Amino acid sequence: MPNDDILLRIGASLRELFAGVLPGPDAVDVAMYFVALIACVALIFTNAVILILAERKVAGFMQSRLGPHRLGPYGMFQTVADVIKLLTKEDYRPQGVDKWVWAMAPVVLFVPPVMVYAVLPFGKNLVPVDLNIGIFYFVAVSSVATIAFLMAGWGSNNKYSVIGGMRAVAQMVSYEIPLVFSILGVVMLTGSLQTSVIVEKQSGIWFILLQPVAFVIYLIAAAAETNRMPFDLVEGESEIIAGPFTEYSGMRWAMFFLAEYASLFAVSAIASTLFLGGWHGPSFLPGWVWFLGKTYVMIFVFMWVRWTFPRLRVDQLMALCWKYLIPVSLANILITGIGIFAYRAMGG
Amino acid sequence: MLKEYFGVLLFAGVAAIIPLAVFAVSYLLSTKKDTPEKGLAYECGMDTRGETWVQFKSGYFLYALIFVVFDVETVFLYPWAVKFGQLGLFAFVEMLIFIAILLIGYWYAWKEQVFRWK
Repeated sequence: MPNDDILLRIGASLRELFAGVLPGPDAVDVAMYFVALIACVALIFTNAVILILAERKVAGFMQSRLGPHRLGPYGMFQTVADVIKLLTKEDYRPQGVDKWVWAMAPVVLFVPPVMVYAVLPFGKNLVPVDLNIGIFYFVAVSSVATIAFLMAGWGSNNKYSVIGGMRAVAQMVSYEIPLVFSILGVVMLTGSLQTSVIVEKQSGIWFILLQPVAFVIYLIAAAAETNRMPFDLVEGESEIIAGPFTEYSGMRWAMFFLAEYASLFAVSAIASTLFLGGWHGPSFLPGWVWFLGKTYVMIFVFMWVRWTFPRLRVDQLMALCWKYLIPVSLANILITGIGIFAYRAMGG
Repeated sequence: MLKEYFGVLLFAGVAAIIPLAVFAVSYLLSTKKDTPEKGLAYECGMDTRGETWVQFKSGYFLYALIFVVFDVETVFLYPWAVKFGQLGLFAFVEMLIFIAILLIGYWYAWKEQVFRWK
């Protein structure tokens, strides 16, 4: 029911509106990119507010306590109040920091997650920028975040920050390999890197059933890439204070968390694109509702993992990646290849 | 085609402007009180000693070196995976050989205990 989809209808009417004002179809397309961009940014900001509260509530219930409950019903306005507080906090630059590197790190960290939103297939014909190299673009762009962590760590002139920054690089660089390899299995099945095509090919069967190993590897590697709990050695608040964020205050500090939740949503959305069938679902709800629903389920899984497992040691972290995940993900590629040939030989 | 990358560029540009705009709002609202204690590097309350920007443990850089090898491999593997359906058995065997060569290096690194954190 594409015509009943409210977002598509808004998009179509906006397109008509732009077509009346702007010269040529290219200008209209660019205007539509801009509209999608504004929608994505709005999604990122609302999501951060909702997810921080959700994270605290989930943590509360998992540890048999209430979580925030004072401001508004069920503590609903807690994060809003936190944002207002952070806006009025002093933005202090400590002495001896590498001025430009330190100041630009939160900005650089915020850019890659926002760029990833460009290829998220929110629904049929609801991809902000439907690149034909979509998933490869996700891999390429999201790895830029490593630089931002190193900038923050090295620029802060704080020993804990340097340790945190170095850990960030070692961890994110290592876990990028299993992440990329786990996506490869899906790419082999679809023969396309375009996110909308990958979802389209899952109309019959979701790839989690064909690629269960890749799904698990993707989950682990994505948790490590976003520096979430079993892999939060970068932050490691009980060892190195806050890692690269130690010397930041006010909104600069908040920007790190905004980026973290933006990328948490992005990796969850990519997981539902690659493995959970994206916008496919029973047709009584529009596709984007299914997509968001699956994404929030994935986010809940990440939160569940975060509040269940203790932090890894750095040697365990490296051993898990290099001695287990990489061989298993390579084997998964080979088995997928053999499986595709066997399927064809049987006349499929 | 080029138009789509202009869209991506738009995303990158606006994504860089947003934090700066937020910092500007925060600058207008925030308190500004300079005291010498605030400027110290945070180190659990003690005065900081010695140089921060020192030579660092070489173990981290070994991982970075092996990463480069695997990263180059992914650049080859992605086009291969996209065209896997059309290319047939020959390409599959060829990729097996390619991965096998890589695995020799990987095995060597394992044998030399690069992956053991010291």
